[in-house]
Amino acid sequence: MIFDYETMRLIWWALLGALLIGFAITGGFDLGVAILLPFLGKNDTERRVIINTVGATWEGNQVWFVTAGGALFAAWPMAYSVAFSGFYFALLLTLFALFLRPVGFDYRSKLPSPIWRRNWDIALFVGGLVPALIFGVAFGNLLKGVPFHFDNEMRIFYTGSFWALLNPFSLAAGLVSLCMLIMHGAVFLQVKTVGDINQRCKTVVTLFTIITLVIFALAGFWVSAIDGYQISSAILPNAVSNPLAKTVTNAAGLWLANYGRCPVLWVIPALAFVTGITTVLLSKLDRPGLAFISSSLTLATIILTAGVSMFPFLIPSSSEMNSSLTVWDASSSLATLKIMFWVTLIFLPIVLSYTTWAFRVMRGKITLEYIHQNDHTTY
Amino acid sequence: MISESMVDLSRWQFAATSLYHFLFVPLTLGLSFLLAIMESTYVMTGKEIYKDMTQFWGKLFGINFALGVLTGLTMEFQFGMNWSYFSHYVGDIFGAPLAIEGLMAFFLEATFVGLFFFGWDKLGKGQHLLVTWLVALGTNLSALWILVANGWMQNPVGAEFNYETMRMELSSFGALLFNPAAQVKFVHTVAAGYTTASAFVLGISAYYMLKGRDAAFAQRSYTIAAGFGLAAILSVIVLGDESGYTDGEVQKAKLAAIEAEWHTEEAPASFTAIGIPDQELMETRYAVKIPWILGLIGTRSVDTPITGLTEILEKNRLRVRNGIHAYGALQLLRAGQKDESTLAEFERYKQDLGYGLLLKRYTEKVVDATDQQIELAAKSSLPRVVPLFWTFRVMVACGFIMLAIFIFAVIASSIRKCRQNWLLRASLYMIPLPWLACEMGWFVAEFGRQPWTIAEILPTFLSVSSLTELDLYLSLAGYIGLYTLFLIIEMFLMIKFIKLGPSSLHKGRYHFEIATGASL
Repeated sequence: MIFDYETMRLIWWALLGALLIGFAITGGFDLGVAILLPFLGKNDTERRVIINTVGATWEGNQVWFVTAGGALFAAWPMAYSVAFSGFYFALLLTLFALFLRPVGFDYRSKLPSPIWRRNWDIALFVGGLVPALIFGVAFGNLLKGVPFHFDNEMRIFYTGSFWALLNPFSLAAGLVSLCMLIMHGAVFLQVKTVGDINQRCKTVVTLFTIITLVIFALAGFWVSAIDGYQISSAILPNAVSNPLAKTVTNAAGLWLANYGRCPVLWVIPALAFVTGITTVLLSKLDRPGLAFISSSLTLATIILTAGVSMFPFLIPSSSEMNSSLTVWDASSSLATLKIMFWVTLIFLPIVLSYTTWAFRVMRGKITLEYIHQNDHTTY
Repeated sequence: MISESMVDLSRWQFAATSLYHFLFVPLTLGLSFLLAIMESTYVMTGKEIYKDMTQFWGKLFGINFALGVLTGLTMEFQFGMNWSYFSHYVGDIFGAPLAIEGLMAFFLEATFVGLFFFGWDKLGKGQHLLVTWLVALGTNLSALWILVANGWMQNPVGAEFNYETMRMELSSFGALLFNPAAQVKFVHTVAAGYTTASAFVLGISAYYMLKGRDAAFAQRSYTIAAGFGLAAILSVIVLGDESGYTDGEVQKAKLAAIEAEWHTEEAPASFTAIGIPDQELMETRYAVKIPWILGLIGTRSVDTPITGLTEILEKNRLRVRNGIHAYGALQLLRAGQKDESTLAEFERYKQDLGYGLLLKRYTEKVVDATDQQIELAAKSSLPRVVPLFWTFRVMVACGFIMLAIFIFAVIASSIRKCRQNWLLRASLYMIPLPWLACEMGWFVAEFGRQPWTIAEILPTFLSVSSLTELDLYLSLAGYIGLYTLFLIIEMFLMIKFIKLGPSSLHKGRYHFEIATGASL
């Protein structure tokens, strides 16, 4: 039956992934562009060019993140509760950094004072850097396992600390996400600019694509050494969502077990490398539009690699493994999953179509002349 | 056991961040519509001045919008961060409207707000107008879904408790969506937003007229704000009364607390206009009562009584005792004893499970609760009267003052082009009132819901995350520090651009540009 619990859970695992990838592709270049702002903009007008490449669309892009958060709450309420209360200070830092973006974009060019603008440039840089890094660190910690457990009434207890999140493996994952978003931001800037900035972008694309792929490859080898998790009791994909009903074991290299069972999955990480290299080539050949598609695929395949390695785990518990949250026992009820599925089926295409329209309206290069001519209306 | 101070800190944090969020939301809700009206006038008449109005008020809209977005993010994070048991317990229902808000409303609002600011030269007149209307539609749809979520906290319909997952689960999406508490709160809240934005535009336009600047611009803005504002404030008052009626139906304790209705009186109940309520003695001293009014508001009839707090307390004592049975059966079920009689016992008492959970504040062993603990739990089931009694009256007073000023503003702008200085001054000084009323209104709605996060289902006390006091002090300090800084910056920019007025558009035809001959 197409609408049974198992199928719905799989669909919602995929939809959550799609929303995260949607955020990485759209909101991701905004973050990358903000990180590059102080380095690629040599004077105020150049910095305004950079800001205005994303000025009209960043707000809509960030909604991918908001919606992914909402979807996590609606479809995987236990994962939402565990992640948000467990990664408390990491999320607080992310939130505070994200605060800097709406005010940074909107207020920066409202006053001519160079000190005012300089400070907002720093704020935008921090607002890009911190989330880009922490998102990866969070993924790294999911792969490592998170120290949490439930009591009999399903109250969550997190027994780790903020500093424990900053372990070497997770920091490497953080660097992957940071570097890939810088790469993606640079590709987008190359699309939207001409002249000096455009040329500087190419160097950035090459450098950061290579760093991304190298660390991604290292993390791949590293994963075979860290503990992965697997469900050792019978898997009941249609049972009620009770994470305490199963048993879980861990062992080094288990995160690669899915690839052993289904070797075709190797295509996903392999594609990350192929599209990464294509991105560099296309950027060098001055085909930034195609390079953007290619770097979007790089992001998507890197995120998917993490997802399929962990499947069916959402948040494995390192302290009481049986409390781990998986696709089969951490979802909302079937009724909620179904309703949210229909809502998404109707609204996601609508969102995609008007977003595409908005990008088409705002298409074209941002030039120094454009900033001069629209001094009082642009960011 | 959960510490009291942790719960208090979590509550302070939620109250502070949500009241702060709502400094910006009502202006966004209302101003987006006013912008759409102004731009529609521009498109229909072709007069440039209406385009200037849209752009100038749009500038102020943008300054405000940035903080609305910023503070809104906190709300989404906070449920999971500070209220993780709540998020687990009701996420199956509560998460859905939040996710739909993102998909259906926030995407719309956020995508088109960019085109509103940057699309003037890239879109046709009609296209840009459509964009502006879509921003207004998006912001208002946002409010709808948030209030569907909030309305469910007040009146949790369409959901069932599942002992196997230890949470509430959705049984009827239609009931969630058409929840009368949600519907009435939605219209009351958006109308309050329209009032806020109208008072904002009215007051600032009055300021320009008092200064003798940009008369044509200010008068047109004043007229639009007066008309829209009068319609809005009338709706707020009528729908507020409707809220009272809905409360009478579904939230008897809240209504009784707002009215300091200690005892059930003979129908139709009188309305205590003012007095000094005393929760200990359960009486109101120096009460000035207006006969019949409360009965009419609360029941829409002259023969149905309004239940008083004493009678509610009486009933709740019994519900706490029933709740103990429910909790006892639940413990057995969770331990795996799923026999017929345990299930039957649980089914029989489960509608009072929430009342049993109230005991958790006083004892770990709910099933062994003493009479004294039961009494404490029952007493805790009533909201505190004094704060509700007063904040409600401040809100209502603000509403009626605004109504009077909007009536005069409409008369003046239709007959004598609003030249009276007293009215202009009154319009200017009225600006803070809608904000005061909005904040008071939220206080009444949410403080009146106590001791529950989900009325009669989940006590606030249990809803928190397992955090330490230090965690909460640190996060609270961060919010207060950053929010204060942002508020100072926002007010600074807002006042700067209000003082500059439409001259800030650099169109070369407004006060400071003509007066100094130079662009600013």
